[in-house]
Amino acid sequence: MNVLSRLARHRFTWPLVALAALLLADVLHTPTFLNVRLQDGHLFGGPVDILRNAAPLLLVSLGMTLVIATRGIDLSVGAVLAISGAVACDVIASSSKPGSAGTVLWAIFLGCAICVVLGFGNGFLVAVVRIQPIIATLILMTAGRGIAMLITEGQITTVNSPPFATIGGGFWLGLPAAVIIAGLIFAAVAVGTRRTALGVLVESVGINPEASRLAGVRSTSILLAVYAASGLFAGVAGIMVASNVAAADANNAGLFIELDAILAVVLGGTLLTGGRFSLVGTLIGVLVIQTLTISVTIQGISGSVTPLFKALVVIAVFLLQSPVVRSKLRRRGGTAPPVAVPPALPTPSSDPVTGTAPETGTGPGTGTETDGARAGKVSS
Amino acid sequence: MRTTSPGAAPLVRMSGISMHFPGVKALDDVDFQLFPGEVHALLGENGAGKSTLIKVLTGVYQPTAGTVSVDGVEQKFATPAQAQDAGIATVYQEVNLCPNLSVAENVLLGREPRRAGGIDWRAMRRATREHLAQLNLDLDPASLLSSHSIAVQQLVAIARAMVIDAKVLILDEPTSSLDAGEVERLFTVIRGLQEKQVAILFVSHFLEQVYAISDRLTVLRNGRLVGEFLAADLPRVQLVSKMMGTSIQVLEELESQPMRMARSGDEGAAVLTATGLGRRRSVNPVDLELLPGEVVGMAGLLGSGRTEVARLLYGADHSDSGTLAVKGRSQRVRSPRQALRLGIAFSSESRRTEGLVPDLTLRENIVLGLQARRGWLRRLPRRRVDEIVARYIKELDIRPADPEALVRNLSGGNQQKVLLARWLAMEPDILILDEPTRGIDVGAKAEIQRLVSQLASKGMSVLFISAELEEVLRLSHRIVVMRDRAKVAEIENGDDVGMDTVVELIAGGAKAS
Amino acid sequence: MASLMNRLRPAETVTDGPAVATARRLRLDQRYLPVVGSVVVLILMLVVGGTRYENFLSPLVMSNLLIDNSYIVVLAVGMTFVILTGGIDLSVGAVVALSGVLGARLFDAGWSAAVTIPAMVLVGTVVGLLVGVMVLVFDVQPFIATLAAMFLARGLCYVFAPESIPIRAKSITALGTTRWELGEWTLTPSGLISLLMVAGAFYLLHYSRFGRTVYAIGADEASARLMGLPVARTKLLVYVLAGSCSGIAGLLFAVSTRAAYSRNGIGMETTAIAAVVIGGTMLTGGSGYVLGSLLGVLALGLIQTMITFEGTLSSWWTSIFIGSLLFVFVVLQRVIVAGRT
Repeated sequence: MNVLSRLARHRFTWPLVALAALLLADVLHTPTFLNVRLQDGHLFGGPVDILRNAAPLLLVSLGMTLVIATRGIDLSVGAVLAISGAVACDVIASSSKPGSAGTVLWAIFLGCAICVVLGFGNGFLVAVVRIQPIIATLILMTAGRGIAMLITEGQITTVNSPPFATIGGGFWLGLPAAVIIAGLIFAAVAVGTRRTALGVLVESVGINPEASRLAGVRSTSILLAVYAASGLFAGVAGIMVASNVAAADANNAGLFIELDAILAVVLGGTLLTGGRFSLVGTLIGVLVIQTLTISVTIQGISGSVTPLFKALVVIAVFLLQSPVVRSKLRRRGGTAPPVAVPPALPTPSSDPVTGTAPETGTGPGTGTETDGARAGKVSS
Repeated sequence: MRTTSPGAAPLVRMSGISMHFPGVKALDDVDFQLFPGEVHALLGENGAGKSTLIKVLTGVYQPTAGTVSVDGVEQKFATPAQAQDAGIATVYQEVNLCPNLSVAENVLLGREPRRAGGIDWRAMRRATREHLAQLNLDLDPASLLSSHSIAVQQLVAIARAMVIDAKVLILDEPTSSLDAGEVERLFTVIRGLQEKQVAILFVSHFLEQVYAISDRLTVLRNGRLVGEFLAADLPRVQLVSKMMGTSIQVLEELESQPMRMARSGDEGAAVLTATGLGRRRSVNPVDLELLPGEVVGMAGLLGSGRTEVARLLYGADHSDSGTLAVKGRSQRVRSPRQALRLGIAFSSESRRTEGLVPDLTLRENIVLGLQARRGWLRRLPRRRVDEIVARYIKELDIRPADPEALVRNLSGGNQQKVLLARWLAMEPDILILDEPTRGIDVGAKAEIQRLVSQLASKGMSVLFISAELEEVLRLSHRIVVMRDRAKVAEIENGDDVGMDTVVELIAGGAKAS
Repeated sequence: MASLMNRLRPAETVTDGPAVATARRLRLDQRYLPVVGSVVVLILMLVVGGTRYENFLSPLVMSNLLIDNSYIVVLAVGMTFVILTGGIDLSVGAVVALSGVLGARLFDAGWSAAVTIPAMVLVGTVVGLLVGVMVLVFDVQPFIATLAAMFLARGLCYVFAPESIPIRAKSITALGTTRWELGEWTLTPSGLISLLMVAGAFYLLHYSRFGRTVYAIGADEASARLMGLPVARTKLLVYVLAGSCSGIAGLLFAVSTRAAYSRNGIGMETTAIAAVVIGGTMLTGGSGYVLGSLLGVLALGLIQTMITFEGTLSSWWTSIFIGSLLFVFVVLQRVIVAGRT
């Protein structure tokens, strides 16, 4: 009984259960769904499709995970994705040798480079100018679509370039190229955040910015890095998407992907208010979302129901993550401290009626046991 | 000893008030009386229970035991609104008004005159003028509150409190942000209210002011009533003694001998020299020198500016005046990062909100400073981290001895040790400790004190801030005394220096050396 | 002893400091400073447009400025309330779309205008209530709550209108084609509604306790509570009001486009926020005027008009300009705030 209850409370349990349930439903409907077959040296099958379609979302969600961990948010990823595709396709389409690997490599490099710069811009606004992340990225979200349209001049820029097409639709070593790329980047980020100190410093800044500052953590470079990464990953995702359809559609590419990314991140257990993050959790979240999309198609349900379903899940997760619910769950005996910590005595002359004062920005203190007085008030 | 003034019946009588929280007794059988037309000061150090007592009176808390009566009628305030209806009004330290609204709104919003379904602005302005005039205030009701100084804003807050014809006015640290002239103005207003038979409950750390304005004093310590006195009958030194409990001589410690560390010979040049370091509305310019291998204790009441000085030295706050020299070289320390690079470390008194990162593990918290110094690209090698963490877990006896334990689940004492370990791991030349033993069990206290002595004997320079005089006397080579946001004295610790000496200095000693 | 002696000193009158007196003499209230920014932008654009294009400053063009942007005016009104309390509402575009979709489906199902039109407004109210409950009862942050509402509204749109649905109801058409001539100026029902909303909001914000509490919450929520103001109720009402505004805007948008589509309203939240920010409302809350938001909408509308007049600029330049203008004003606000501390 104890093992079961501990399992129930583990943060990966419910997303994994959801994933399993979806896969089960699909297999019941189409028994061959989970079959993977090797054909012409390439792998095909349900799981392969899920992974391949999930690749762009995974990339965007990786960046979003890091940004959210620092108590921020990046609403511009969709627009950045569109810009990247637009730039790459424009380079290839206007080149004299669209089929050459050199052109393709240059197109990819330019697209990603621009997105890194845009990400840096977001980071600069947040870390140096100190604009709320939601506003800073909202600006790029709007202007960015316009810029993407500007680059494609309102048309859907099509390209005819076999090397370019392999990124989104081709195969390397039997697996879809997109899956390999996404997998490599995922591994790089996982290793990068844990091999360097970026992961723990990001968490530190997200959990308690003031204590981090007093410990000598320089949050500026961390925030810049995180937002730049988000931009870069959105850029790579944009390349993938454009490659898949061999075109750049500035209007539709990456539309609403930021919502899916946020959903994936919170499904994976990372709190929207910042702090501890889990890349594996995000991966699971992405798989759940992608499996849901495919399941809906397989089951013959109209695809237009999916967004509503996602919305209901989002609301449920947000409520479960809300301070009110979390403190109730904690009190029910979740993480009771082994040694009783007496509550801090109310300090003299503090806000007597309520506890904390609201902060500006996207995230107040997370579920830390706060003193009765002004906890978590960041000095400006 | 209890002395009460003769005559009238008390306006407010609190009897046998006890307030229990899980694991903590904030108030234990406290009596308190307030008479109409008197200024009554409520005094006590950190954890004394002042704030809790006020919250019981204003209906924020419901007492575990005891009764509250107003005008002879027993009351049970379930909400602050009920206390207000009974005529009890409060003005808080931070004014707690809305700076973006007009003076009139800040005085009357919530009780504003209305006309045809909307606010009657003209009547509101007129009514505001009348209410302000009661306090001898002449302000433009339509002006923005933020266009006035904090001192005037506070008077507006009092005006708002008086709109409900309060019988009791509680002033919670009203003078923290005021200069001398503004304090005088406030006192004039208070005296005016006294003449109207309003009872004023005055909470403050500024002893000069307490004596200037108060008729009676109530002193709390550790949740218990120490006594109720006439201000005129209680000399300052006795007051401070009672607040700090030095007359209750139970020195609970594991070691019976006081540790007075002898100086390790010639120390050499000062590692840290602060000249005229100050910050407006925070602390007056202070001169301070720290030599290697010595412990400098900083004593003073809560609110005297000790933490503010420490934060200036560490770059946690920006100074308005003065200079700082580290190891002889003049420096501008503008951030904690810089200070750490110069070899200065600072352990905050609010270890939970400004010190530890609660959801990170012991290990991550201990090496956080070291890692921050290295930057995010170069991670500390795992083996070195484990070595460092194991070393400090052992040296400081941190329990549970599990590097992966989340810091938020540790007891207060162990949390403090983890925080200390973080700074010690950075091997600073100068270590500033702000209330390192507050809220910690006796055993851990002694361990930390012993550690401080050891560090000094190895050459570190330690600035030790504590409200507990026993500690300060036991550990310090020199003692700096702060009062009312200024440094008032500095003395060499020796056999001739006892608690009375320091208490006298805190209470009202002249500038020494 | 000391207190006795002090009691004998005569009571002095405390008056305004010299700074306040000077300010009043100059008639310059720092409150109005941000709005000056939007007025400057507006005048600038009128001047540039007037000199560059013929007929730019004609009553026809100016009338259309309000008429075409009436739904944004209504959105900006709702957004003003939310931003004044220090929050933000990301759901407005989605609710506009949802309102249109609901209207289209109800009309198609045969419901009369008397039912459908209120329903189009009320759907916004319900969404606002949902947001308010999340914020108040669950202590969820406003941007998270409105993000969830955005998800929900979009999701519902996709379910009920995967394809575009034309709205052919007579009432809607009538609202869209009615025009009242006032001399050389034209006004439509949409324009009138939007002006009435602005007037109503102005009254609420400056003559009701609710409105003043909105300002108080934006400045310092804890203080407002300590002052005894009904903070919780006011916050809830603010989101209900904002949601209703989105519903009304949805109605006006449907009147204007006569079609319901799940992809409507994308990017509207940025336009609304931009209008409010340009109009001088501080994102930190507690400072701003709804009239400023109206000016902000007109300024943005002028950009669109100029782009149309220019002829050579494509429509996507609008989003670039709006984004850039928002950027400039947001940075300006930071500079002002940093300068004050």
